[in-house]
Amino acid sequence: MSAPLIIFFVLAAMAVLGALNLIFQRHPIHSALSLIVVMVALAGLYLLMGAEFVAAVQIIVYGGAIMVLFVFVIMLLNAGVEERTHVSKLAGFPGILLAVALAALLAATVARSADRVQVATTGSVAPTKALANLLFQDFVYPFELTSFLILVAILGAIVLAQREKT
Amino acid sequence: MIDFLSQHVDILITLVKIALLLFIVLTVNAYLTWFERKVVAHMQSRWGPHRVGPHGLLQPLADGAKFLLKEDPTPAGVDKFTYYLAPLMALALALTSIAIIPFGPDPLRIFGRDVYLGIVDLNIGILALFAITALSVYGVALAGWSSNSKYPLLGGLRSSAQMVSYELALTMSVVGVLLSAGSFSLRDIIAAQASPNLGVLSWNIFPQILGFLCFFIAAVAETNRVPFDLPEAESELVAGFHTEYASFKFAMFFIAEYTSMITVSCLCSIMFFGGWLSPFPASWTFTHYLPSAILIPFGLWIIWDGIRYETFFGRIILPGLGTVITALGAILIVFPAVNEFIQGPFWLLSKIFVFLFVYVWMRGTLPRFRYDQLMSFGWKLLLPVSLANAVITASVILWKGH
Repeated sequence: MSAPLIIFFVLAAMAVLGALNLIFQRHPIHSALSLIVVMVALAGLYLLMGAEFVAAVQIIVYGGAIMVLFVFVIMLLNAGVEERTHVSKLAGFPGILLAVALAALLAATVARSADRVQVATTGSVAPTKALANLLFQDFVYPFELTSFLILVAILGAIVLAQREKT
Repeated sequence: MIDFLSQHVDILITLVKIALLLFIVLTVNAYLTWFERKVVAHMQSRWGPHRVGPHGLLQPLADGAKFLLKEDPTPAGVDKFTYYLAPLMALALALTSIAIIPFGPDPLRIFGRDVYLGIVDLNIGILALFAITALSVYGVALAGWSSNSKYPLLGGLRSSAQMVSYELALTMSVVGVLLSAGSFSLRDIIAAQASPNLGVLSWNIFPQILGFLCFFIAAVAETNRVPFDLPEAESELVAGFHTEYASFKFAMFFIAEYTSMITVSCLCSIMFFGGWLSPFPASWTFTHYLPSAILIPFGLWIIWDGIRYETFFGRIILPGLGTVITALGAILIVFPAVNEFIQGPFWLLSKIFVFLFVYVWMRGTLPRFRYDQLMSFGWKLLLPVSLANAVITASVILWKGH
């Protein structure tokens, strides 16, 4: 096995185990920590594919800013160990069915597109520049619209959180 | 085995570089505590450490031994895993971030290989650093949470809120530098500031003075130093997030804090003050003797000071140290090749030293912010100013380009 393949499997195992741990941990902080592990492992996978910029942004935005807010809120509420209830039997059946369906769909998509995927070559063009050209020239309208949507959401949050003026 | 080594000699060189850099950074860390205590003491009309060794020079060693030998109790009711993870995370991330800093322009030729000063040169240099800083919040926040105590929890909460707020200004303030360099790589950023005739005038600090001020203030806040040390405000929170930590786990937080001070000083000098570039025009070749001109008088002064020192030990150690420093200065004059090689690192290290001094100076001068002042300062002043700086720089670059 080549070195990138070994690194891929280590990172993939980290991501999957982190995601499983996120579900099985009973304490919110431990779940949040597992989520951070998943984010960092994903960033490592992006790095492996030569997408350095996306990897750095993944860690800065998701691993840093968003997860810090998660941890902050959990700490602020001082949330304790969560209680487990018996899983609803009705929810279990469609859940398993849907999981199988999703797995089949993903497997089919991966299998079909495997021969068409171009392997990213590292170091050919500065990846950040290529990404910037894509975002700010080819897809500038969808990009700006998305950021506008996020702005609306932020304004909504401010309006909701605002205290009543007396 | 030898076959394997010859194939992977690059990995070996990197490992040796990592070990060397770790040794240097940790030693500098230790003597930074001595420096800080000495300087703050003199600012407050005290002597500072002066018992252990001449001028207290062995105090860091004594501190280190004390940290290793002290009892290391784990308080009841802590979340064990997180409690042990937090100092490790803080230290590991702080030490990782320094790997990205390049320390000199020219490679050293060892066994026919070019060995650059600095461990990695990433395309996304500065972004990688920000990614590491973004993660280093967890060390402090988790330490505060896992200690199962009120004061650390408050400290952890404060630090996570503070770091999230100031990270925005920190990231926005370097946009101007990145735009004018057109690259994320720290080497490229320094190269973009080079100019054969202008010297100091072509550094980023002159067009980017606003960006620099925002960056430095935000970076001080990110490293939890005075006047932004609210997560460990003694007057309010005992010791903040590390109240429940003792012995070496406490020392790990401290080493992390001092290492991030060094990283921030490196970044300031690289991004705004030309990194390893000399402030003088390239035609002023006599300035190349500046390292010797500083080292030799400094060494002689230490010898002069040492032979009059009150303890016998000091009368041996200090003149010895002075002789070594004077000899270094003399070597630089005798071997011009060494002198040329040392120019870049000399300027970078001098700038780093100036910033470290500013850190200590601020600690000796400024009072701590109140929490609401901290928040309104970060959000209402720093962020708009750094955004405006980015917009103005972008417009100027666009205008010049057309």
